[in-house]
Amino acid sequence: MADNKGILVVGEVAEGKLLPITSEVLGAGRRLADELKEQVTCILIGEKMGDAGKAAVAAGADKVLVADDAQLKDYENGTYMQVMDKAVAEVAPRIILMGQTSNGRDLAPRLAFKLGVSAVMDCLELAIDPATKFMHCTRPVYGGNAKAIFTAEALPQIATVRVKASSPIAPDAGRAGEVVAFAVALDAAKIKAKVLETVKEEVAGIKVEDAAVVIGGGRGVGGPEPFQKELAELAKVLKGAVGASRPPCDNKWVPDSIQIGLTGKIIAPELYIAVAISGSSQHMSGCSGAKCIVAINKDPEANIFKEARFGVVGDWKVIVPAFTAKVKELVQ
Amino acid sequence: MNMIVCCKQVLDPEAAPSTFKLDAANNRMVQPPEVKPVVNPYDEQAVEAALRIKDKDKAANKITIISLGNNLARDVVKKPLSMGADELILLEDPAFEGGDSYAVASALAAAIKKVGQFDLIFCGRQESEWDDGQVGSGLAEMLGIPSITVAKKAEVVDGGKVKVERVTADGYQVLEVSTPALITVSNELGEARYATLKGIMAASKKQPVVWKPADIGLDAGKVGAAARKSKIVKLFQPVKEGKCDIVSADSPAEAASLLAQKLRENKVI
Repeated sequence: MADNKGILVVGEVAEGKLLPITSEVLGAGRRLADELKEQVTCILIGEKMGDAGKAAVAAGADKVLVADDAQLKDYENGTYMQVMDKAVAEVAPRIILMGQTSNGRDLAPRLAFKLGVSAVMDCLELAIDPATKFMHCTRPVYGGNAKAIFTAEALPQIATVRVKASSPIAPDAGRAGEVVAFAVALDAAKIKAKVLETVKEEVAGIKVEDAAVVIGGGRGVGGPEPFQKELAELAKVLKGAVGASRPPCDNKWVPDSIQIGLTGKIIAPELYIAVAISGSSQHMSGCSGAKCIVAINKDPEANIFKEARFGVVGDWKVIVPAFTAKVKELVQ
Repeated sequence: MNMIVCCKQVLDPEAAPSTFKLDAANNRMVQPPEVKPVVNPYDEQAVEAALRIKDKDKAANKITIISLGNNLARDVVKKPLSMGADELILLEDPAFEGGDSYAVASALAAAIKKVGQFDLIFCGRQESEWDDGQVGSGLAEMLGIPSITVAKKAEVVDGGKVKVERVTADGYQVLEVSTPALITVSNELGEARYATLKGIMAASKKQPVVWKPADIGLDAGKVGAAARKSKIVKLFQPVKEGKCDIVSADSPAEAASLLAQKLRENKVI
């Protein structure tokens, strides 16, 4: 595959809108393409995708392939792989990028192994080695305790990009780019799994991954009530959202959808207040993008204090209400 | 159902981050003496998913565990047997070391082809060392079977199909898949059961089947590090600044108040 050229970005669309992660991946793809002096093609797979094609051009794509089909409404890898097979054959890219989302983490390995290569998952940084033109992909390993830079010796190279790890380019509605329909004759015999239902578990208020301020609770909070009471109260005062580390989710104190960490939500708020959270590597992988971390923990040796900018050592039950009262006074 | 569960032996991911050390020259972590090997937690939950199917009809369902590595700790790799699995196959040889997800999936695919009959394969969603999360999907691709990843529930329904709940960012999808199929399991499935004393006794009597690369039809040069597709350029430990401003006062309540003031002064709130 020595003739492979350009970057293929696999984009995601929900309700006719390009997802923020796709703009982030397009930003990463654009920077790599500029360095290589090659093109960025974006493929959008789904149904009723509105102006998402134009949005992908504004976000950095030179060409957008829109595979719009009622059978592509829900993600299912046997169906989506058929679109990818055709796209990869036609575009013959050097690099394929997608977001580390529930779809991306499912699709990337299947696509990679089918092409006889390995994907690099959940990347924080991507760069081109000027000597070989191969991509170098940096990702966290050992639960976030270390990082590794991976490359390959065959094309295409496939990588998924962590949510909020790459900055999008400033959207430019005047960017030149082509949006074309990409029709694929889907073979029903290759589709072995069928989506029966898509269930959305709505969380009241602002989503933890979108909030500018997040209050996270850990095992040390002790039960479900404080998430509804003390933490919610502080979140309300700071117009933020409540999140959790994994133990409260595993104990069913809070819904899984607010889990912050390597396998949960990746957050990058202005302020993250970690309450009774020890700061395991897995949890820190999900919140290390926060601009400011504040830790409240009774154990002065807790790992969270190594990561935080401000901290208070003590019982959260005393500290959080007192802190909330003072914050209320200051912000009003 | 003939079920296969792939389980990896890892170093305890719950170990304190302060125990973590790298052997940068060999691109791997150093095993601190106080950190013990365990079954990768997601893989234990994959065993649990298979056991929940077996619970419905013990005679009609069989669970075979496959683990790959070198010098595997018998008490660790036998844990799924003590939980209730039936058989254990070890792909154990120095040549299996140093592989990436592609190398591991290739060896597992060869072993599963040798096993022959299977309806369902379960894997953990990812293992806790490299957190790659590629082996399950990749293995399914190599075997040419459908895969559903990050499941929180899997049950056999009428007609021999399997109904799976797959966790998504804002909820879950319900899918139905024909067998043979591969499912990767996430922590949302719930805790894996403990081994019973009876189970531990039974497991201690069972001998694992050990296969070398040649037993699964692969040259030693086609497994482990030699079969890698991804190359490590560098493995490193990021330097942490660790400059936490610990706010203290005469009482915790005063410290809390002082913290709020500091955040205000620093324009954080």
